[in-house]
Amino acid sequence: MTDATEIEQPVSSTMLDAWRIESDVEREETSLSEGWEMVIGLEVHAELATETKMFSPARNHFGGEPNSNVHPVCLGLPGTLPVVNGKAVELSIRLGLALNCTVQRCVFARKNYFYPDMPKDYQISQYDRPLNISGWIDLPSGYRVRVERAHMEEDTGKSTHIGESGRIHDAGYSLVDYNRAGVPLLEIVSHPDVRGPEEAKAYVSELQQILIATAVSDGKFEEGSMRVDANISVRPAGSDELRTRCEVKNVNSLRSLGRAISYEAQRHVDLYESGERPMQETRHWDEEGGRTRAGRSKEQAEDYRYFADPDLVPVDPSPEWIEEIRASLPVLPRERRAGLISHGAAPEQAALVVEKGLDELVSGAIEVGADATKAINYAINNLSAEDQLDAAAFGALVKLETGGDLTSTQAKAVLAEMVSGSVDGTAKSPAEIAADMGFEAMDTSELEGIIDQLIADSPEQWERFVNGDDKDRGKMQGFFTGQIMKATKGQADGRIVNQILSSRR
Amino acid sequence: MSAAELPTTAVDIAAAVNAGEVSAADVLEAHLAAVDATESEVHAFNEVLADEARAAAAVIDQRIAAGENVGPLAGVPIAVKDNMCTRGIATTCSSKILEGWKPPYDATAVEKIAAAGSVMIGKTNLDEFAMGSSTENSAFGATKNPLDTNLVPGGSSGGSAAAVAAGYAPLALGSDTGGSIRQPAALCGVVGLKPTYGAVSRYGLIAFASSLDQIGPFTKTVADTATLFDVIAGHDRRDSTSLPQAIEPTVPHLDDGVAGLRVGLITELMGVGEMAEGFEPEVLAQTRAAADALAAAGAEVGEVSVPSSIYGLSAYYLIAPAEASSNLARYDGVRYGHREHGAANTAGMMKASRTAGFGPEVKRRVMLGTYALSAGYHDAFYGKAQRVRTLIINDFDRAYQDYDVLLSPTSPCVAFPFGSKDDPLSMYLNDVATIPSNLAGHPAISVPFGTGRDDLPVGVQVLGPLLSEARLMAVSAVLEAANGEAAA
Repeated sequence: MTDATEIEQPVSSTMLDAWRIESDVEREETSLSEGWEMVIGLEVHAELATETKMFSPARNHFGGEPNSNVHPVCLGLPGTLPVVNGKAVELSIRLGLALNCTVQRCVFARKNYFYPDMPKDYQISQYDRPLNISGWIDLPSGYRVRVERAHMEEDTGKSTHIGESGRIHDAGYSLVDYNRAGVPLLEIVSHPDVRGPEEAKAYVSELQQILIATAVSDGKFEEGSMRVDANISVRPAGSDELRTRCEVKNVNSLRSLGRAISYEAQRHVDLYESGERPMQETRHWDEEGGRTRAGRSKEQAEDYRYFADPDLVPVDPSPEWIEEIRASLPVLPRERRAGLISHGAAPEQAALVVEKGLDELVSGAIEVGADATKAINYAINNLSAEDQLDAAAFGALVKLETGGDLTSTQAKAVLAEMVSGSVDGTAKSPAEIAADMGFEAMDTSELEGIIDQLIADSPEQWERFVNGDDKDRGKMQGFFTGQIMKATKGQADGRIVNQILSSRR
Repeated sequence: MSAAELPTTAVDIAAAVNAGEVSAADVLEAHLAAVDATESEVHAFNEVLADEARAAAAVIDQRIAAGENVGPLAGVPIAVKDNMCTRGIATTCSSKILEGWKPPYDATAVEKIAAAGSVMIGKTNLDEFAMGSSTENSAFGATKNPLDTNLVPGGSSGGSAAAVAAGYAPLALGSDTGGSIRQPAALCGVVGLKPTYGAVSRYGLIAFASSLDQIGPFTKTVADTATLFDVIAGHDRRDSTSLPQAIEPTVPHLDDGVAGLRVGLITELMGVGEMAEGFEPEVLAQTRAAADALAAAGAEVGEVSVPSSIYGLSAYYLIAPAEASSNLARYDGVRYGHREHGAANTAGMMKASRTAGFGPEVKRRVMLGTYALSAGYHDAFYGKAQRVRTLIINDFDRAYQDYDVLLSPTSPCVAFPFGSKDDPLSMYLNDVATIPSNLAGHPAISVPFGTGRDDLPVGVQVLGPLLSEARLMAVSAVLEAANGEAAA
């Protein structure tokens, strides 16, 4: 298997992480110096998939000309007031329920600090009364990470510092884009239950899949709609103390997350082992340098002076509303994987199919009698997340192949036709498509004639097939199969070709 | 019709304009003439909007000519406190930090008065960001009391009170966070109402203390206050704290009278106990006279203790600055308003801009509020103040079980000379009677009743439970009539 670190695509690395956890029994081993263990808590910010911003009628849309998706409210102009976006609350409850949280009456609070990309110089967030509390995420390994809270807040704008270093404190000037200011966010805070980089990646990956499956967020790291901060500390293995932690920010992919955690944890161990101790601070992950760096040193701890936002009233979701949202929840990735595994899929296969969102198709096909392994393999190798297929038709196709009515090659051709047909709306049954394409099960005697003629025409190759070493024979088998497929336009059944070839030796 | 024959109250002007008897243009010119005559002394306005007002009056006259009923405020000039956003018109909060800023939108209250046919004549002066009780804290110079320009008009809505008292406009909008409508109304001898919190939308009112701020009317008559309140009240989706229920019109209740109404004088605000010494005896005497007048009109008058009311002042001076410290953070020089140049970095620019842009009282309160919210002090100060607030609400609820309305002086004293309350604490004490209504969210009105020291007007405050504005109007109308008889 390819090593996860060689995969650039975040989605692919997600899948591979999930595999590794599944296959590596309970908990991963870490590369940390012996006698130490990591204590990691994760804060994930997810942008909610709403039409408009958290408290403003401006559009919630990634990209666009700077300062084009803005409105007096999200610019914090004097006199404007926030109004809670009901859809954002609904999506937040949706995620809370998917994370097994208790949904409660909640209060918005102001987090006060000065920063130019924050239009009001305070952020509306939630403090002592968050919307969702006390949930958990079960990782594919079976390990449960407790979720402390998942609260609503608004995003900040983005600053670009024009100057030598690109950093704010020595910039010549700065440009601020408020398109992102006020975009609704959920901050999902885990307990410090995570014990290593791979487990952290599995947690974030699972959370990402839940966000996507519930349509709460598009979960795109690359567009910043999902961002991760990791609180990292270490302790002697087996101890239950909590030592000084550092918050590592600027982690923009799962791969970076794993690297940042490994680096930071080892840094802590090195400090302890040399008789020093880490300071509680925020550090930034330097992707190129492969290390974390201290942020600008602060003379004193940040005091955000939280207080309940007097411009907003508490949000008190009714039990009826909560139950309505609960009833609308889709089957979650973990249960979907379990469904496929019960049909005989390997855990890693199940993870792949679920990530592609093809599990319903596969299950549907299996229900109409299709071979599970074949259906799963098609889903993994021949279908993409965007393909829309009728499960019964897909099942019928698989059965045509396993029943010997279509060869593997023909079945793939029919499947491709079904996919494109489903796009332009001319859905025909697989049998009809096969007939249209001229795929009929080939008479064995006709095939024997073709093979005998080919043997006669290729004596040298036949000699190597019959008397050559294993390598030679393999090569020649490929040669004959290819020629036969060419001669029969792919209609020959590969298994029968092999049988006939063997019988002629 | 000559200027002398023009109607003077908003109710009469609107009726005459709607009937086509007088033109909005003539009404406006008469008021602009009054502005020309004395505004250079009074300084009620940060900006007189003569051109805009003339254009608006012309439109109203055209609509009247076309047979339209323009609305309950047809052709009535109105002055608007300069902390309410007016589209394309500078809105400064009398602060250098907002000098020149023109909002791209109108406050909801400003939209509503325009829709009712009124003509905005200017933006009025205030204590910077509404922080003060004398209008001396304006960055653009103090407003003078039109009754005696050596005296303050009160504050923070001193410009609005002065505009009405000086005859620049029959109507003005102010905002009241701890008495900023009622106290200047009292000191200038006009009527001023602080509505129930949430009755009037705050959208477009530049925040001082969000949980206390409320927009309300200044007028010369109780009927005009009722009319203007009915225009500006109502739910607004843009303000989450705006009350969802329909607000009962108050005008139909102006003649309800007070027969059988239970009226309670608040003991703690009547010269008894800890807060006694700040109250001028003439002010207390007039308040008792007002109670007598109500009794004479059929009310049952008693005395009621609201023990926590005297702690309102301390709670207020923690809660209001705390909210202000956060509300005023956005004035950082980054997006609009005053910016100092030459700082080495962004943080330095913000600091320099705020240092130069804010006046001393604003800085004092921002620092007070920042401190009150700080880690380690939050519970002792802000948290405790919020608990006092709950106590006050409970005390008032108890009082309203036995009384329909409560009575007190609006201000402990009549208008005072400039510079006479240099010590911030003595200025803050001026708000002792008005603050409890803001903390409780209840409505309260100041009605002129007789005179006190130096023949200066006294304001009597009528307080009621949530959404009792109609009842307050009925009581105020009786006081107004009694005051008229006494003066006659």
